[in-house]
Amino acid sequence: MDAKKGDWVRIHNIVLEAGQRAPNIPEDTQNVPLELWDKGFLLDESARIGDKVEIETYIGRKMEGTLIEVNPYYEHDFGKCVPELFYIGRQVRNLLEKDGE
Amino acid sequence: MGKDMSFEAVMARNSEIMKNAVGIDYGEFETGSIAFDYERMMEETGYSLQEIEEIQGETGVGNTPILELKNLTKLARIYAPEGKGARIFIKDEAANPSGSFKARRAATACYHAKKLGYKGVIAATSGNYGAAVASQAAMRGLKCIIVQECYDSKGLGQPEIVEKARKCEAYGAEVVQLTVGPELFYTFLVLLEETGYFNASLYTPFGIAGVETLGYEISKQFREMEGRDPDAVVVTNAGGGNLTGTARGLIKAGATDTEIIGASVSLKGLHMASDSQFNKKSFTTGHTGFGIPFATWPDRSDVPRSAARPLRYMDRYVTVSQGTVFYMTEVLAQIEGLERGPAGNTSLAAAFKLAQEMDQDQLIVVQETEYTGAGKHIQPQLTFAKENGIEVLIGDPADEIPGENIILPKDPSYIDTEEIQLEKTRRSYIRNCIQNTDVKRITEEDLKFLIEDTKSNEEFVKSVLDEFGVEY
Repeated sequence: MDAKKGDWVRIHNIVLEAGQRAPNIPEDTQNVPLELWDKGFLLDESARIGDKVEIETYIGRKMEGTLIEVNPYYEHDFGKCVPELFYIGRQVRNLLEKDGE
Repeated sequence: MGKDMSFEAVMARNSEIMKNAVGIDYGEFETGSIAFDYERMMEETGYSLQEIEEIQGETGVGNTPILELKNLTKLARIYAPEGKGARIFIKDEAANPSGSFKARRAATACYHAKKLGYKGVIAATSGNYGAAVASQAAMRGLKCIIVQECYDSKGLGQPEIVEKARKCEAYGAEVVQLTVGPELFYTFLVLLEETGYFNASLYTPFGIAGVETLGYEISKQFREMEGRDPDAVVVTNAGGGNLTGTARGLIKAGATDTEIIGASVSLKGLHMASDSQFNKKSFTTGHTGFGIPFATWPDRSDVPRSAARPLRYMDRYVTVSQGTVFYMTEVLAQIEGLERGPAGNTSLAAAFKLAQEMDQDQLIVVQETEYTGAGKHIQPQLTFAKENGIEVLIGDPADEIPGENIILPKDPSYIDTEEIQLEKTRRSYIRNCIQNTDVKRITEEDLKFLIEDTKSNEEFVKSVLDEFGVEY
């Protein structure tokens, strides 16, 4: 068992299969499905990753989907060091200093 | 629910769903041809400026400070010809509750939804507007769903969009995330139908009217500070609402001589609906991928008639490169002590160059800033770019190829804007009007409408009509 009733989970769905995509979009997009992700509290008694489950979203909407994550969290951050940026501050500060002389 | 929920069936119910979800019968303003009564639509379905000031005041929106960027002005003057280099100002819209000017649009939409008795609001947006709607909905006691285009088919999300999802959830909203594609609209319609919530579209009359206070405040603040209206206002342009609302507000304040300049990040060559190109761009808003299509066909939005009509108000339209905006974002932090953007700094990058064309006693205003945070910052955005095969270089941004590289200007002398030929944009708009309505002969009203909607003249509109063999 990966999740029990009431756990905060993330689910996944296919909205449109690759062959069902709108005709006027680029080919690379037509060749892949339209996918959807949402989060909510698990309504099933228990479930494993990959099971079809029902959830109640934070605002109280019920929906079904494939369980993919339990206690999902955000991983975005402030990125890695970007050395290419370091010259900018020193450069403009120097320019202003020189201008003031 | 016994209804047919297939893609075709739901799309066919579009106008019925929208009528219930926006509460406006757009048919009332139609003439049956190209023209519709824009001003009457804005008056009858929107709110007066004074009403909006009150509505926004209730939730702490608006009255943001204007800051003079003295160091940036000084820096621009180093590169300006003798006597040139206008004073640069910025309206710090990040001071709004959700961290951007979008709170103004969301404030009126949520007020209206509550007044009409809707239980919740839905908005389709990957941008700051989602957070704005979620924040305003929280204040008004409304439920909120935000629908985002967020990932490519590998499940890789733009850090900027992921951050906006987090912010929406922080305000108690449900966030529905999708992969790339315009069929997002189908999911959006399904949700509207299922919940009966209000469509807090960016493009309704109340949404646009919400931005009018921004333009109005600029005029009021400048008359207080400088005793006159600014000479130019630069607006980051995507869907056109920011520009439309700001310009309308300036006009309502009587600032009719202020030049309205649109600015977008150039994403030339990248297709917005392409799965493989989705993560090759380093800006998810404020770019030409929205700016140009929405200017040349505003009614592509999620309401039948968009209240955002940028060509009606735009005097000039310029683009800047991605590298230039990233550079200016760093400059703003380093010499003005303001960490904002990056996308909102598009107009700032343009203003730096535009100021150099203007006299020193002239005033140029960058009319927005936006909050910055994890994911939504030059470092994570450039890290993401590198991880997606984009080269980050230092050199001449004129050589930048969107989707291949990002070129940070070698020094401020390399900061430049590229002019969009508005005549061409206006021509495309008229062509789209003709093609999308399939008219062979336009009415007197159409002619008047096309002149107004392109801020041009009879001679120009007639020359385009002649070109396409349309009678008048």
